[in-house]
Amino acid sequence: MRYLHIENARLIDPSQNLDQVTDVYVAEGRIHAIGHKPATGGIEHSIDASGLLLVPGLIDLGAHLAEPGFTHKGSIASETRAACASGFTHVCALPDTKPVADSPAVIQLIQEKAAKAGFAKVLPLGALTQGLAGEQLASMFSLSEAGCVALSNARAPFKDSYVLRRVMEYAATYDIPVFLNPDDAALSDGGCMHEGPTATRLGLTGIPQTAETIALAQMLLLVEQTGVRAHISQISCARSVRMLAQAREQGIRVSADTPLANLIYTDEAVTGYNSQFNVQPPLRSESDRQALLAAVNAGELAISSNHRPHEVAAKKAPFADAEPGMSIFDGFLPLALRLVERGELELSALIRATSTLPAAVLGQNQSLSESNWFNAALIDPAAEQSFRRSTLLSKGRNSPVAGKTLKGAVNAVFIDGRKVFG
Amino acid sequence: MTTDPSQVQLTADGRLKHFLTTEGLSRELLTEILDTADSFISTQERDVKKVPLLRGKTVVNLFFENSTRTRSTFELAAKRLSADILNLDIAKSATAKGETLMDTLWNLEAMYSDMFVVRHADSGAAHFIAEHVTPNVAIINAGDGRHAHPTQAMLDMLTIRRHQGSIEGKIVAIVGDILHSRVARSQIHALRTLGAAEVRVIGPGTLLPRDIEALGCKAYYRMEDGLKDCDVIIMLRLQKERMQNALLPSEGEFFKLYGLTEEKLTYAKPDAIVMHPGPINRGVEIESNVADGPQSVILNQVSYGIAVRMAVMAMAMSGQQQERNELAEQNSEQSDVHNNEPGQEEA
Repeated sequence: MRYLHIENARLIDPSQNLDQVTDVYVAEGRIHAIGHKPATGGIEHSIDASGLLLVPGLIDLGAHLAEPGFTHKGSIASETRAACASGFTHVCALPDTKPVADSPAVIQLIQEKAAKAGFAKVLPLGALTQGLAGEQLASMFSLSEAGCVALSNARAPFKDSYVLRRVMEYAATYDIPVFLNPDDAALSDGGCMHEGPTATRLGLTGIPQTAETIALAQMLLLVEQTGVRAHISQISCARSVRMLAQAREQGIRVSADTPLANLIYTDEAVTGYNSQFNVQPPLRSESDRQALLAAVNAGELAISSNHRPHEVAAKKAPFADAEPGMSIFDGFLPLALRLVERGELELSALIRATSTLPAAVLGQNQSLSESNWFNAALIDPAAEQSFRRSTLLSKGRNSPVAGKTLKGAVNAVFIDGRKVFG
Repeated sequence: MTTDPSQVQLTADGRLKHFLTTEGLSRELLTEILDTADSFISTQERDVKKVPLLRGKTVVNLFFENSTRTRSTFELAAKRLSADILNLDIAKSATAKGETLMDTLWNLEAMYSDMFVVRHADSGAAHFIAEHVTPNVAIINAGDGRHAHPTQAMLDMLTIRRHQGSIEGKIVAIVGDILHSRVARSQIHALRTLGAAEVRVIGPGTLLPRDIEALGCKAYYRMEDGLKDCDVIIMLRLQKERMQNALLPSEGEFFKLYGLTEEKLTYAKPDAIVMHPGPINRGVEIESNVADGPQSVILNQVSYGIAVRMAVMAMAMSGQQQERNELAEQNSEQSDVHNNEPGQEEA
C-alpha cells in the first residue's frame, strides 16, 4: 500500500478533543494511521505541513448555490469551488432555486452538476412545501429517498401554524430531519435591517427581534409535540440562544446555527446604506453578536455560511431595494480566523461549530480518526490572501472581502482522500 | 469601506457639494446655509428676483414620488438662480429596478446636467445616487423615504431663527407621526447641532420609532407633558393610511390626543410659535383657529422655502464646481501616467 503522508501538521479535531502536531497517513481514501507510520507499505507522496492546521473538512448547513435558475449569480461549480477555498468539503444547498428543489428530478440535477464539478460535495436540502409556497406538503419521502439530507422551507413562510404542524408530523413519520428558519413574516414584513437605533436614524424599516423569537417559540413547541428531528437555521438574536438552551433543558432535542456574518458584523455596518450588509437574517446589535459568539464558544451553536452570491446589479440599488445576501465563501475562513485572532472565538470552537456540530446534525462521521474517510482541510493560518473582485472564485460580486487583504488560506482540501482543491 | 452618509456630501475641504442630510454637518455649515438664505430673502422682495449664480447650469427635478409643493419651490429657486430647469415626474413603478433607476440617471448625466433634485420613496436613495451613480452631478435631497428632508428642516430652522431670534437654548416639540417622518429626523439633527436646549417628540407608541431617543431627543406620549415650556411646536402631517396599518384607531381619537387646539397651545410658552411642513389636515393634526392664529408661522415657512433652496443649490453647485475644477487639473497633470488598476475595489 502506498500512502499520502502529511507530516508535522497541527491536527485539530474537537470530536476527539485532539489538538497536537502529528503525522497522518492516508491510503485508498481512508486514514490508515495517525502519529506512527504503518508497518507495511511505502510513501507515495509527502506533504510538509509544518506550521499548517489539519482539520476535519468544514460542513456548511446552508448556502444558496444559485443553480438551477440563477446562473447569472453563481453556479454549483463556481460556488462549491469557492467553498473549498475556505475548507468546506460538504455544502447543504438550500432549496430556493428555480425551479424549487421540491421534486426528485431537481435533486438529481443538483447532484449530477455537483458530481461533475468535483469540488465540495453538495448535500441537497429539499423543499418542505411545494414551490416553497408554505401551503401543500412537498413529496417529502421521495425527496429524502432521492438523497436530500434534510428538508427546509428556506426563509419562505408557512401559511399558518397548521401547515407547520403537519409538515413536522409528516417528516417525523419517516424520521426525516427538518431545517427551520424562524421568521414571523407578518412581523418582518417590509423590513430590511435590524430594528434599532441605526434603522431609526437611517429611516429604514426594521425587523424586530420578536420576528425571530416568536416564530422560534412556535417551532419549539411544535417540535416538542411532534417529536420531529429539527435543526433551527440561521438564528440572529441573543434571546433565541436562551430559548434554545431552555428547550434543551426541557429535553427537546434541537440543534441550531448562526450565519458567520452575524458573528462579525452588527447593524451599525449598515450606516452609509452599504447594500452589502442587506442580509437575511439581519445583522443585529452588539449584544446579540456577543451572545451568539458565547454560544459558539460553548459548543451550543454551529456556524453556517448563509452564502448567497449576486451579480453587481442586484446590489446596485437603494438599500431596501437591493437583493439580500452576502457572497461569503471566498472570505469565510480568513474572516472566521480574524475572530480567533481577536480573541472572540476559540480556534477549537470554530472547528467544532463548522465541522463537528454540522456533522452531528447530519448524522455524519467527519472525525479524523483511523479507518475513517479522509475529509479534511489543510490550512495555513499565517498566509495572507489579497482578495480582488476579479479573482474571487464565487461568481457573486457581493463579497465582504473584495479589496481586502486577510490572513488565513486553505492549502488543500481532501474529499474521501482525494485532493479536490489546492 | 462604509461611507458615513454625512461625509459623502462634502468636498475635501469641508464644503457642501451635495445636500443629502443635516446629520453630521457642522454648526458653521448649517449657519452658513441660514445666512445665505437670509441674504436671498432680501433679493426675493425686489421687483427683479433673479440672481445669476447658476446661469448656464442645468438643474433636473427628479421626482420619483409626487409632490407639487416641494417641486415647485425647487423650480422657482432654480429659476431665480438663473438656471435652466427640467422637471421629470417618474412614478416609482417604472423604476422599480435599480438598473432602470441608474440608466435614467446616466442618461440625464449624459445630457450634461449639473444638478439633480431628487425625491424618492427609498431611504438612502439620494445618498446612493451621489455615491454610486452620478457623483459628479450635485445631488439635492428633496426627501428620501423616511430618512431625510434636509431643505425642509433648514427652512424650519430659518423660520425659528427669524421668529424666535435664535435656535440656541430653545425647547422644540415635534408632534405626530415621527415613525414615517423624514422631516422629523432632519429637524432633530439640525436642532441638536444648532444648539436647541431640548428636542422633544410627542406621539403614541405606534408612531414613535424604536430607540428614537438615541438621536438625542426625548419622547413623550402626552401633549400636556411634552408641550410644557416649549418655544416652538412643529406639527407633522398625518397620512390617512396609518389607520389601515393598525397604527391608529381613528383620526378622531388622534385629534383628541394630539391635535393642536387653542387649549393645548396654552401648555407651551405664551410666545411659542406653531409650525407645520404642510400640507395641513385641518381638524386632524391641527385646528383651524390655531393654524390661522397669531402664533402660526406656517405660511412664512413656505416663503422661506425658496430662499433656503436657493442657498443650498448655490452652495452645492459651487462646491461641486470647485471639485470638478480640481479633478480636471489633476487629470491634466497625470494625463501621461498610465494606471493599470481598473478602479478602486469596493468592499
